[in-house]
Amino acid sequence: MIEERPIMKVAFFPGCMVDMFYPEVGMAAVRVLERLGCDVVLPDNQVCCGQPFFNSGYSDAAKPMMKNVIDAYQGYETIVSLTGSCAYAIKGEYQHFLENDDEYSRKLAAISSRIYEFTEFIVDVLGMTDVGAHLDGVVTYHKSCHLTRLLGIKEQPLQLIENIHGLSYVEMPEADRCCGFGGTFSVKEPEISSHIVQEKVINALATDADYLCGADQACLMNIKGRLDRMRDRGEIISTMKVVHIAQLLDLGMGK
Amino acid sequence: MGILYDQAPLKDKVERALSDDFKHHAIETAQDVITQKRQALVDQVENWEDFREKAAEIRNHVLENLDYYVKQFAQNAEAAGCTMHYAPTAEDAIDTILDIFDELGETSCVKSKSMMTEEIGLNERLEEHGIHPIETDCAENIIQTAGDAPSHIVVPALHFDRNAIRDLYRERKGYTGTNDPEEITHFLRTMLRSEFMNAHVGITGCNFGVAETGSCTLVSNEGNARMASTIPETQIIVMGIERIVPDLRSLDVMMELLVRSAVGAKITSSFSLNTGPAKPGEVDGPKTVHIVMVNNGRTNILASKYRPMLRCIRCGACMNTCPVYRHITGHGYGSIYPGPMGIVLTPLLVGYSKAEKLPYACTLCGACSDVCPVKIPLHDLILKHRIDMVRLGYTPAVESSLFTAGAKVFSNRLLYEIATTVGAPGTQILTGNSGHIDSGSVWIPVLNGWTYSRDLDVMKHKKFRTQLAEYQKQKQNRHQDQEDA
Repeated sequence: MIEERPIMKVAFFPGCMVDMFYPEVGMAAVRVLERLGCDVVLPDNQVCCGQPFFNSGYSDAAKPMMKNVIDAYQGYETIVSLTGSCAYAIKGEYQHFLENDDEYSRKLAAISSRIYEFTEFIVDVLGMTDVGAHLDGVVTYHKSCHLTRLLGIKEQPLQLIENIHGLSYVEMPEADRCCGFGGTFSVKEPEISSHIVQEKVINALATDADYLCGADQACLMNIKGRLDRMRDRGEIISTMKVVHIAQLLDLGMGK
Repeated sequence: MGILYDQAPLKDKVERALSDDFKHHAIETAQDVITQKRQALVDQVENWEDFREKAAEIRNHVLENLDYYVKQFAQNAEAAGCTMHYAPTAEDAIDTILDIFDELGETSCVKSKSMMTEEIGLNERLEEHGIHPIETDCAENIIQTAGDAPSHIVVPALHFDRNAIRDLYRERKGYTGTNDPEEITHFLRTMLRSEFMNAHVGITGCNFGVAETGSCTLVSNEGNARMASTIPETQIIVMGIERIVPDLRSLDVMMELLVRSAVGAKITSSFSLNTGPAKPGEVDGPKTVHIVMVNNGRTNILASKYRPMLRCIRCGACMNTCPVYRHITGHGYGSIYPGPMGIVLTPLLVGYSKAEKLPYACTLCGACSDVCPVKIPLHDLILKHRIDMVRLGYTPAVESSLFTAGAKVFSNRLLYEIATTVGAPGTQILTGNSGHIDSGSVWIPVLNGWTYSRDLDVMKHKKFRTQLAEYQKQKQNRHQDQEDA
């Protein structure tokens, strides 16, 4: 399965959370993609997709951010986003804000259909469900909203997880219910957000899983933040780790 | 009461709702029960998505031709013997209804559940004019007896449990029984039966007006709506102008979706299709039927980008699935229309200044849009509200400058580099004993929104892009070395 030389050049979109807070997640994804025969490049000028801004209502302020992203990814045949949420923002939402801008509508159309979310890319484009990863442990999976509902990527992450050798998967109750992150919602309405994430953590813990995995780092940051706080306060005794699916796929892969 | 029953700031309403453990828990449980029942039924319908598509199409078609269908409905209802009234505003609707009471000289009436009468604040206005409306729907009667506000559009007393209901009727109505639902219902039934038999006026809402026949439908589970529309000599039907379906065939499609979506059942125990007053020789039915068609801002919505909201059939599925509604309950919104549909509709009816921060009480998770039987893109419309609020200046100036400055940083690679490089050590300084930014940082504005309930991992000294560049450089060097060797 491991190719000797790169066969497919992919432009990578890590998402801000991974770039700033969780570079190890991005590196895991890069290693996975490389082992699957991809040559991963990060367009130097790419920054935030602008979603936290336009989802807060600041769509005019976010336009330069959208244009920056569109420009940064021009000319690439294949674009892989490590976050479903940002992928949806670009593929599904940009068009509404740029409809009066012919130039950028055209440029957007040129990249939009070339953007794949990480698990979608591996399963649907590379045609792989078993990447040769290995993990002895129980895993549960949080079905992130934008990935699951808005992009409709439901089966791909699960196929990848269930094909990790040695792993057993347990679905948590209400796996597809929002974790309460919601971008700036998490800091604008912290009281509501914390009640929602508290329930998510409790649902995850109910599975007794060793790992809570997800495919969107922002949700994971939120869930992990609450889990850590509950541990700090001694409210729970659990060793459950919060990991991105890329980190799971990177484990023992190709050994 | 009207649309807004609590105009405290969103933060206060939310805090109150969240600290009410009883209410909070009651809604969580109710949400679980209703959504599970709904899902089980939806799973049985093989072509559920086709039904949704068809229903959205029917509703769109009506909205695109609303003038035509309102006219057709009114003509056919009139031909069946109804008296038609058109009320441009809530105030006009109230005046029309008060005039009817004046003419009859009546001072009380029985009422079945109707969101339209809630919207125009009918009960309060009737009371002001010495007319006593008696709510005959169990849940509405509980709300009326308690002097409380509804927490849901379909099941308004969702925040009460059997003990609270028992205590309420013991205290206010002389109930002496237990908390057994059957016993409480029997008490209510006895109490309401005499009200029905003595009533001369019945006020009902209307789930759908059928244009082809001029009929009005009532969908209920207690039979009280049927009583209210058959026993009193005069029936007053209050409906929104948009609640029309073209014909009985399309009514059938809507009914398939409405009941499943609302209560997780195939059909309710009572379903009435009333066409005009009782005909000569008919035993049941009113002698006079007034239909009050209320606009109250709907034509403005029709002309706006929020038009899809008028497809709404008031099933409540959106709030039953909403993660925010689950915790803040209907009362967290302070509007008779809570949850996702309420966030979209309330500002359209009362304006942004009164609706305050309502559109921000949403995670934009999209679960509501997924269950909506008429496919209203609810989360998209909520986002549109936010954008309009920002454009019209309804957000705080500080926030606005923060976002504008932030957008500059995040659209420029160099500024982003500088800001995040400076920011990373900053976050590392803040780490407490846990190795994360913990509750010790709650004094910092904005950050405290996160850290009051969650730890925050620190920003990494080396960003992903830096690490990747180094990794690729090493790889290149290795590759070079191999070639050199």
